[in-house]
Amino acid sequence: MKIQQLSIFAENKPGHLAGPCRLLAEQGVDIRALSVADTQHFGILRLIVNDAAKATKLLEGAGHVVKATEVLAVEVSDQPGGLAKVLSALEGSPVNIEYMYAFPFGHQGKAVLIFRFADPDAAIAVLQAKGVPMLTGDVLLKA
Amino acid sequence: MNATDPKPTFHPASAPDFVPAPLLRKLQLDRLQAIVGHAYDKVALFRERLQGRKVTPADIQALDDLAELPFTTKADLRDTYPFGLFASSLKEVVRVHASSGTTGKPIVVAYTKDDVAVWTSVMVRSFAACGLHEGDIIQNAYGYGLFTGGLGAHYGAEGIGATVIPISGGNTDRQIMVMKDFGVTAICCTPTYFLHLIDRASQLGVDLRALPLRAGVFGAEPWTQSMRKHIESVTNIAAFDIYGLSEIIGPGVAIECPNHDGLHIFEDHFYPEIIDPETGKVLPDGEEGELVLTTLSKWAMPMIRYRTRDITALLPGTCPCGRSLRRMRRIGRRSDDMLIIRGVNVYPSQIEAVLLEVEGTLPHYQIILTREHGLDQIEVQVEVTPQVFSDRVGALEALADKIMDTIERVVGIRIKVTLVEPQTIQRSEGKAKRVIDKRGQS
Repeated sequence: MKIQQLSIFAENKPGHLAGPCRLLAEQGVDIRALSVADTQHFGILRLIVNDAAKATKLLEGAGHVVKATEVLAVEVSDQPGGLAKVLSALEGSPVNIEYMYAFPFGHQGKAVLIFRFADPDAAIAVLQAKGVPMLTGDVLLKA
Repeated sequence: MNATDPKPTFHPASAPDFVPAPLLRKLQLDRLQAIVGHAYDKVALFRERLQGRKVTPADIQALDDLAELPFTTKADLRDTYPFGLFASSLKEVVRVHASSGTTGKPIVVAYTKDDVAVWTSVMVRSFAACGLHEGDIIQNAYGYGLFTGGLGAHYGAEGIGATVIPISGGNTDRQIMVMKDFGVTAICCTPTYFLHLIDRASQLGVDLRALPLRAGVFGAEPWTQSMRKHIESVTNIAAFDIYGLSEIIGPGVAIECPNHDGLHIFEDHFYPEIIDPETGKVLPDGEEGELVLTTLSKWAMPMIRYRTRDITALLPGTCPCGRSLRRMRRIGRRSDDMLIIRGVNVYPSQIEAVLLEVEGTLPHYQIILTREHGLDQIEVQVEVTPQVFSDRVGALEALADKIMDTIERVVGIRIKVTLVEPQTIQRSEGKAKRVIDKRGQS
C-alpha cells in the first residue's frame, strides 16, 4: 500500500532542478510523479520513480542528500469533487496530511492523489474503513 | 572645520592628558611597580608564571622591563572563568561585566569602587576631548547590561555634567524621536548603528542636519575613514572614534581629539606596547603590530600585558592638540579570527559549537561577510546533511530557526542562516576556510 517517495534538497536558484532530472533521464529512470516545495531560500524536490533504489544510488553518487519516505496513492475520478470526496473521508479522524500533490493517471479519466501523512499506517486504516481505494506500488509504477 | 570645534576649548578634566612626558613616564613606572606587586600577591596564575621565569616584581626597574613579563590572553580569562583572575575579594568588587568568549562561556571582568572611578575619569576625559561639556545632552545608545559600553559611557557622560539619556540600543524610531524632541547634542553608539539611524531618519523625513546634534562618539567595532566622511557629510556632526575593551576596562582606553589623527591612549592608566604577533617581540613606535595593554591602576582585575589581538601602530611625533598621550592608529584589523558584527564580538568557534550542538555532528559551513549600505552583514551557510534533511519544508525551516535561535543565545545577535546543497561549500586541503570576507568588494 505504501509507496516510496524520494526527496532531494535544492537551493532556490536557476538550474538547480535540471541537474538531478537530467541525471535520472540519462540513466533511464522514469519519473512517474513529482512535486516541488519551495520557500524563499530553498526547495525540496519530491519524486516517485520506477526504480527508487537505482535513483537513490545515482543521486547520492552525484552528491545529493536523498531521503526516502512512504506516501499513499489514492485513485479518484478526474472530475469535480474527486479530491473533496477523499478529504471528506479523512475529516473527523486524527490523521494529519503533511502535504499532497496530484496528477492525471492513465487514459480512463482518472487522477492519482499522493498523500504524505505524519502516520501512514493510521491513515491506511482510516481510508480502508471508509472504503477509499488505494493504489499499490505495482499499479502506479508499471502502468 | 567641524561644527564641534569652531573654537577648541580646554576642559579642566583634560588636564592629565597634558602632563609632560618625563613626568608621565615616572607616573607610569610607579603605577606599574605597584600593580605588578598587587597582581603577584593576589593572582595565582600570574605569580606562578613569574616564578616559572624566575622574575619577581622587584625586577621591574624601568618601563622597558615590562618586556620580561609574560603575556595575558583571552584564553587565560576563559580558563579561569569566572573569578580566577580577580585580585580583590568579592567584598571589594562593586561591579562585574562580561563579554563573549571564544566559545559558549563569557569572560568576566571586575571593578573595585576605585576602578569604577578610574573608568569614569577616562570616559570624562574622552568626552572632553570630543568637545563635550556640562549642558550637553548625550543620548547613550550603547547597550546597557553586561556589555561595558552602556554603563561606561553613562558614568562618563554624567561625570562631565551632561544630561544623559540612557536609551540603550535598539528601537530606532524611538531613538530618532528622542533625538529630535529632547534636543540631543551628542550620541554614543556603534558606527554601524549610527549609519542605520541615518538611513531610518531619512525614511522618516527627519533632517539630522537641522537638529542640534553636533558630535558622535562611535566605538565598540572598527570603522573606516570613508565611514567618517559619509557620516560627517550627511549629518554635519563631528564623528569621534573611541577605543576600549572589557578586559582592560571597557570604552575609554583611547579617544580621538578634534584632529582625528589617531587615538590618544590614556596611558597614565593603560600602558601600550606594540609587539610582533608571531614572535612576541616589542616593536618600536611607528611600527605596525599587535597592541598589548597593561592596566596601571585597575585593582580588582589587573591585566598585565594583555594581548588585544588588534593590529595598529603607535604614531610617532606629537599631536597638534598638545596632549602628551601617545596616539595609536585607528584599528583596521585583528590578528585572530574574531569578527565584530554590529558591535558584538563573534568567533567562528562559537558558530561551530552551535552547529555541533543543534545537529549532533558538524556539517560543512561557511561564514560570509558582506557590506550593504555601509552596514556589515553576516550570513552562515550550512550544508544540508542526510541526518537533518527532511521532505517537509516545515522541518527544514524549523532547523534553520533553531540554529538562528541558538546562535542568538550564545553570541547575542541574530545571524541569518541559509541551508545550502551538499558539496557546494568549497573544501580546502589544509585548514578549512570558514570565513569568506567580501566586505572589501563592495
